[in-house]
Amino acid sequence: MPTLRNGSFVLVLAALLVAALGVGALAADGEIVIGLNVELTGSIPVIGQSSVRGAQLAVLEINSAGGLEVGGKRYEITLVIEDNQDVAPSAAAATTKLITQNNVLAVIGPNASRNAIPAAIVANNLRTPMISPWSTAVETTVDRPYVFRAAFIDDFQGEVVATFARETLGAQTAAVLFDIASDYNKGIAEIFRERFEAAGGRVVAFESYTTGDRDFSSQLTNIRAHNPDVLFLPNYYSEVPLQVQQARRLGYTGHIVGSDSWGYEEIIALGGQFMEGLFFSAHYAPDIATPAAQRFIQAYQARYGSAPDDVAALTYDSFGLLFQAIQDAGVVDRDAVRDALARITNYEGVTGTMTFTGTGDPIKSAVFIQIKDGKFTYYDSIAP
Amino acid sequence: MTFWLQQTLNALQLGSIYALIALGYTMVYGILRLINFAHGDIFMAGAFLGLVGAAVLKLPLVLTMLFSMICTATLGVLIERAAYKPLRNAPRVSAVITALGIGIFLQHFVLATVGAQPRLFPLLVPLNMYNLPGGAMITSVQLLIFGVAVVLMLGLDWFVRHTLTGMAMRAISYDRSVVPLMGISVDRIISLTFAIGSGLAAVGGILFGQAYPVIDPYMGILVGWKAFVAAVVGGIGNIRGAMLGAYILGMTEIYVAAFLPSTYRDFVAFSLLLLLLVFRPTGILGRITAQKV
Repeated sequence: MPTLRNGSFVLVLAALLVAALGVGALAADGEIVIGLNVELTGSIPVIGQSSVRGAQLAVLEINSAGGLEVGGKRYEITLVIEDNQDVAPSAAAATTKLITQNNVLAVIGPNASRNAIPAAIVANNLRTPMISPWSTAVETTVDRPYVFRAAFIDDFQGEVVATFARETLGAQTAAVLFDIASDYNKGIAEIFRERFEAAGGRVVAFESYTTGDRDFSSQLTNIRAHNPDVLFLPNYYSEVPLQVQQARRLGYTGHIVGSDSWGYEEIIALGGQFMEGLFFSAHYAPDIATPAAQRFIQAYQARYGSAPDDVAALTYDSFGLLFQAIQDAGVVDRDAVRDALARITNYEGVTGTMTFTGTGDPIKSAVFIQIKDGKFTYYDSIAP
Repeated sequence: MTFWLQQTLNALQLGSIYALIALGYTMVYGILRLINFAHGDIFMAGAFLGLVGAAVLKLPLVLTMLFSMICTATLGVLIERAAYKPLRNAPRVSAVITALGIGIFLQHFVLATVGAQPRLFPLLVPLNMYNLPGGAMITSVQLLIFGVAVVLMLGLDWFVRHTLTGMAMRAISYDRSVVPLMGISVDRIISLTFAIGSGLAAVGGILFGQAYPVIDPYMGILVGWKAFVAAVVGGIGNIRGAMLGAYILGMTEIYVAAFLPSTYRDFVAFSLLLLLLVFRPTGILGRITAQKV
């Protein structure tokens, strides 16, 4: 099979060529290229759009300040954006392309854990720093020294929601409805169940559905039959309004709480009155923001005409962390930047103060938001 | 008891929507022996045209339905004329591939013009909840869905069985080559079939928007597949079979999900349906036809 052999020979040659060109080209012409791998199409396009906005604002700010100063030399930042279509294989392919073809110094994204995990495997194998702004699944960063995140992890979020349900809402019984096909939803649901029961509560129903389902009536009828004090919906913003409406139409009147995946104003547009008064855990609350965050919120509002959501703020922070790490490293090199990222202490981000202690997960606090008069309103803050 | 009654109401709601879509698959198959894989996306287009009627033109329920039915029926006829008619004597696989292509075209047309963001479908009836004896709940939306679906299904059944046009449809389904000899325009009847099937899918889209008020350009894929399965289970080509198949599928999905995790739902539901097809390969009401080669 000479053709086959020729084919693989050409491939190897091409790979070598790319590798050869890659060495030392990370900072060619006084420019640093950073990749952004986000969900611009698929079921959560708002996430991708917000992420792009946060990224463009961060890059614009650093470039209009004369670029990033690394080891006495100034570099312009160039952003390369890839759409991962909210599909795991495309997410891995996008990261591969950014690293091998665009030769980026680091990749920001993907956001959803179901995309971030496959992309993390690629980034780690290719020894390139990756920061997921929004992925909260524990697995994303485990045993992957090149992978970081700007968000807190599911363990922590599952725990704070359980604490909130038990202590603030005084719930004795809880039910969970979650998407079993998505790492984020499943992870957070399981940790919530564990912690809620450890805190003396009882989880009376633990129901699942699959991404893309619109009818949850069967599962919600099961939940309704137990009439729990709290219904936890750790699901994405496009599905939650349907679940809340269907639960109410089946006569469920208890509390409904959510997780950070609720933090998009779309959820109010889609759910309307049904969302009023409900609580969810979030990365930050615009109405109690620090001066650093206020500056970001104003700049964002001026540029895009809307308030930044969680993922915009987290993407902005991911870039902030990366810029800080590049400066700390003092050299444009993937390994040096990775080492510097793992050592960042007390970084004042928009979503709070972040510290890395050798792993890819920052230490930071969570807030609770209530939907009140059609707006997200700060309710409570829970530190680790 | 309450639990079962509530689950049955859930199943009837889902089954009614499947039924309105399954009818389009079965009618087109009955007449052209074509599986119109674009039908799920015609249902999606019907929902979005309904959204235009309800949210942009601010029409009330009945006018929204009429508006969407007329527009979607026109769309269905145009698709038939432009894409399927030239292939009527081509190998059947060409028409099926074309149907898949049309479906993808419709999804991406809506994606490009409306955007990928899920949209809220406004509620067109006041939402009331009624307690049934025993504690189950029924909503005004469910009553609307059952009522509209039943009226349309009875109307279609009557039309096909008791009018001359209906008779012509049945004749074409029986033997297309002989019908023109009776002075019937086959093209006109085929267009009418597409119009009726698309119009019913449009109503299905609006009722879907009332039951599950978040719609997006990809909503037709999964629902379309399920309605197709319903049509096959009932006996594709048979109108009453499609209705029966849709309710059987709705019941199976809801009851299985009541007891098993959702990952098993489709697995168990579709295994049961496959088993049924082993014993009745032509579906519940389908007749066995010898195909002349």
